[in-house]
Amino acid sequence: MSHGSGGRAMAQLIAELFHRHLDNALLAQGNDQALFSPPPGRMVMSTDGHVISPLFFPGGDIGSLAVHGTLNDVAMAGARPLYLAAAFILEEGFPLADLARIVASMASAANQACVPVVTGDTKVVERGKGDGVFITTTGVGVVPEGIHISGDLARPGDAILVSGHIGDHGVAILSKRENLGFETEIRSDSAALHGLVADMVTAVPEIHCLRDPTRGGLATTLNEIAHQSGVGMQIREEAIPVRPEVTAACELLGLDPLYVANEGKLIAICPGERAEDLLTAMRMHPRGEDAAIIGAVVEDELRFVQMETRFGGSRIVDWLAGEQLPRIC
Amino acid sequence: MHAELIRVRGLVQGVGFRPTVWRLAQTHALVGEVLNDGEGVLIRAQPAAGGDASALDAFCDALRAECPPLARIDAIERSALDSPLSTGSFIIRASDASEVHTGIVPDAATCPDCAAEIRDPANRRYHYPFTNCTHCGPRLTIVKGIPYDRAKTSMAVFPMCPRCAAEYANPADRRFHAQPNACGDCGPSVWLVDSKGERLDPAGLGDPDAVATASRLLREGRILAVKGIGGFHLACDATNAASVAELRRRKRRFGKPFALMARDLGVIRAYCHVGADEAALLQSSAAPILLLDQARSSQAAPLAPDIAPGQRALGFMLPYSPLHHLLLQDWDKPLVMTSGNLSEEPQCIDNADAADRLGRLADLTLLHDREIVNRVDDSVVRRMAGAPRLLRRARGYAPAPILLPPGFEHSPPILALGGELKSAFCLLSDGQAMLSQHLGDLENARTARELEVTLDLYLELFQQAPERIAVDLHPDYRSTLLGRERAARNGLPLESVQHHHAHLASTLADNGWAMDAGPVLGIILDGLGFGPDGKIWGGDLLIGDYLDFERVAHLKPVAMPGGTKAILEPWRNLFAQLEAAGGWEVLHERHPSIESLRRLGDRPLEVLGQMMARGVNAPLSSSAGRLFDAAAAALGIGGDSITYEGQAAIELEALAAEAMDPGLEGYPLTATKQASGVVIDPASLWSQLLADLERGVPKTLVAAHFHAGLARALTTLAIELAEAHALGRIALSGGVFQNRILLESVQAQLTAAGLEVLLQRQVPPNDGGLSLGQACIAAARAIRAG
Ligand SMILES: [Fe+3]
Ligand SMILES: [Mg+2]
Ligand SMILES: [Zn+2]
Ligand SMILES: [Zn+2]
Repeated sequence: MSHGSGGRAMAQLIAELFHRHLDNALLAQGNDQALFSPPPGRMVMSTDGHVISPLFFPGGDIGSLAVHGTLNDVAMAGARPLYLAAAFILEEGFPLADLARIVASMASAANQACVPVVTGDTKVVERGKGDGVFITTTGVGVVPEGIHISGDLARPGDAILVSGHIGDHGVAILSKRENLGFETEIRSDSAALHGLVADMVTAVPEIHCLRDPTRGGLATTLNEIAHQSGVGMQIREEAIPVRPEVTAACELLGLDPLYVANEGKLIAICPGERAEDLLTAMRMHPRGEDAAIIGAVVEDELRFVQMETRFGGSRIVDWLAGEQLPRIC
Repeated sequence: MHAELIRVRGLVQGVGFRPTVWRLAQTHALVGEVLNDGEGVLIRAQPAAGGDASALDAFCDALRAECPPLARIDAIERSALDSPLSTGSFIIRASDASEVHTGIVPDAATCPDCAAEIRDPANRRYHYPFTNCTHCGPRLTIVKGIPYDRAKTSMAVFPMCPRCAAEYANPADRRFHAQPNACGDCGPSVWLVDSKGERLDPAGLGDPDAVATASRLLREGRILAVKGIGGFHLACDATNAASVAELRRRKRRFGKPFALMARDLGVIRAYCHVGADEAALLQSSAAPILLLDQARSSQAAPLAPDIAPGQRALGFMLPYSPLHHLLLQDWDKPLVMTSGNLSEEPQCIDNADAADRLGRLADLTLLHDREIVNRVDDSVVRRMAGAPRLLRRARGYAPAPILLPPGFEHSPPILALGGELKSAFCLLSDGQAMLSQHLGDLENARTARELEVTLDLYLELFQQAPERIAVDLHPDYRSTLLGRERAARNGLPLESVQHHHAHLASTLADNGWAMDAGPVLGIILDGLGFGPDGKIWGGDLLIGDYLDFERVAHLKPVAMPGGTKAILEPWRNLFAQLEAAGGWEVLHERHPSIESLRRLGDRPLEVLGQMMARGVNAPLSSSAGRLFDAAAAALGIGGDSITYEGQAAIELEALAAEAMDPGLEGYPLTATKQASGVVIDPASLWSQLLADLERGVPKTLVAAHFHAGLARALTTLAIELAEAHALGRIALSGGVFQNRILLESVQAQLTAAGLEVLLQRQVPPNDGGLSLGQACIAAARAIRAG
């Protein structure tokens, strides 16, 4: 099906689609920008381009993911997200029904999160010059008074917490995309985390770092923080929550769940003495029911993230350049 | 009177060299002096009044002939002095503290003189477990910095008693300047603790000393941790099946063979064939673990069945410290003597660490208070293709420098960081390469930390300031990351070296191949080496020199479904090989009675097939190691997963050894010219191998045919390529060449074809020798770049 060669007709259809689904007062004004007064306090802003194959996967689709991804990036500053903006790049000939599904899912994700999409844009590129649909979302939010959260604030003695099971998203996507057959059991964890973050910063305002372990997984995120903060980390394999079905799938695929992407999990680092309070607060929230303390920040010039294995050994959880390339002979 | 300046280069410091010079000067009636300096030993000498001018020649000859056991003379350079010396005697001049000392030599096994002293009730060192002299004892394991004297070793806390001090000061004494010199009055001592760390009282238990108690409790079946020279061992009675099984359980070491220690050659001979060369090696100052073929029949007490499961060889060593001699003196059976650690971890070296990590593994621990500064594992040697070959280069070998062939003396100083497993780094300068002791698997956090510490120590000990850093091409090796960080921090150029090129260069350097001597053909068989094309290599024929290489042939790339998992689970490779060799479905149907294929059919092959079809974590690899894994899996080896590196190939070799015969034709592989070079395809090998299994041909013979066929295919191709490129020499390297059958078959066939074969000797063919090759390549490139 076609709505003209990248033409006006399609743009028209799309505009209607967006207004129907994402309806809110600011968007309804029909301007090329959204006008609002900033609340008091420090603001954060984040943007993310979303490219994913497949577009629809167990537990979500590119629309919900584009909302969750940016909301989470804003929330990881300890912030309350206020508004979202979205830009679509569509490949000519992209099925309108799929687009409608994506926009509807985006709208539902934004509604559930109580964060409206207040401005947007759409471009259509020629067939073959895009991969169906790309969505870029931008979010702004406000950081409560007294909250200072940043990747360079981890200190020796801090505790490391994770908000739930890791690896679900990456395995679900891979399985669906490559037709491997695990997707019936494993669903993406794609979810907005700012509600959980709000409860966390209320309970423990001294949180030092928050980050969502998306691409590269838990391992990469911990290494990023270790380097930013100039510290080492010591985690325990046994303490890291991984669903048995994810473990089994990873075993078969030869993947390490520590490197598999998540879209609805966060890592929190807070002073050791506040770890239990933070854990309690997290577990009270539906998005943090399976939260766990997985280790501690330690002093280490070499900035190693090291893991005590189930059998009492200790291995380095490396920062990989790319894929999980075999290294052993 | 003719006076000369005599410069001696080599391993001449800290090994009793100056006393030897002093003694020989007396014998040959010379006057003058000897001293250590930054370049080795310097002698100023002339014949005593009325002496003969030829005395200097005779002296130099005698120096070579009577070189002390731990010394190595690389060169004696003589030049005339302008004016005669004005002295009437010959003296040892004290070394200036500010001088650079290069005298860190490998740790040496107890010498016969010291061994005799501790057995002699009349000797003041009777039963003293830390007896040593300039010809033996700890070196690298106790050194903390330079200059190498007692103050910079872990012996600093033991001031010598007057008698020891007198020995130390007397040039005529075997202990002259023996830095770790000690006796029961002044030196370290040994004690025994139980698993809770409580000290046991030998006298209260009716034993003469702690070592005797330990020996007695070993006899009762207990597991003992012993602090040795370079680390802790775990020991138990090797003939006690229950103890050995319990040790495996506690250590979580399930398949990997245990090393054995026996009191003397006689005990070893009760279990294994020991040739004259092998006896000499066992008794050498390096005292390595030597892999020996088990004797077919033996009258001796049988060893526990799981000492070396699935293997024909046993790894034996002789006692190499006085403590070992004393512990084993009443044992006419071997002891298991395995590294003191949990499997996969580096062995403990520290008393507190031992209490923490070994308390759960051992019933008792024999401790002492001489600190082990540097972990140095036992070296492992196997005699193959007519010579001893190092498989692990550590105690007794490191850090002795390797003399490099002509061309390298002009290189800027280089640091090369080696691989990921079997890590050892290399410092190259002044025509020498200093290879560190084997450090181990860098994924292990303790080992990775140790690499940093050991590297800093070597930089100090050998006063090195590398100007270039060489690393493997693999982006994720920890050694690569570390090298990259160091290069960035110090503003040094970084050289990435392809893995198999490094193996090739390592073999060249090992064989004294001059820098500009031109290319050779290399057969590099390995588990895995990252290629410049981003693919995984592992079975390659290269033409190259130190500068560059060209890959002229390789095994057909086959998927590794599951990446690293395929390395641990041989059955994955069997599936991938069969898929590539005609299709699993077809072959499975054609061979209904092969047990291993039936079992493979129960695996989740659909997902694996999909992974391979879609390229999901199924990288293509030309690995020879994976081909061995697949063949092993076809013979039912490897089960769900292997328990140590190379296990499947090692067990396959052991099977083949039962039926190997030089006349065996072997299964065919085909070589086809393609754009990427000649591709060696094992499809025909698979069809014959499966047909044989289907017909019920014994597994031993199938394994032998596999080895023979691979050797035949490689040598046929190598001979063709050598002829086509007018090359007369072929280098063999890579971890797969630890396989004796393959190595000896390939070597014999190439030699028969009139080609010269270069094998590794001073460093291992596995990744333990990698950094030597990397360093040499970086050196050649630095020199070319000017
Ligand atoms: Fe290698
Ligand atoms: Mg992001
Ligand atoms: Zn001695
Ligand atoms: Zn003494």
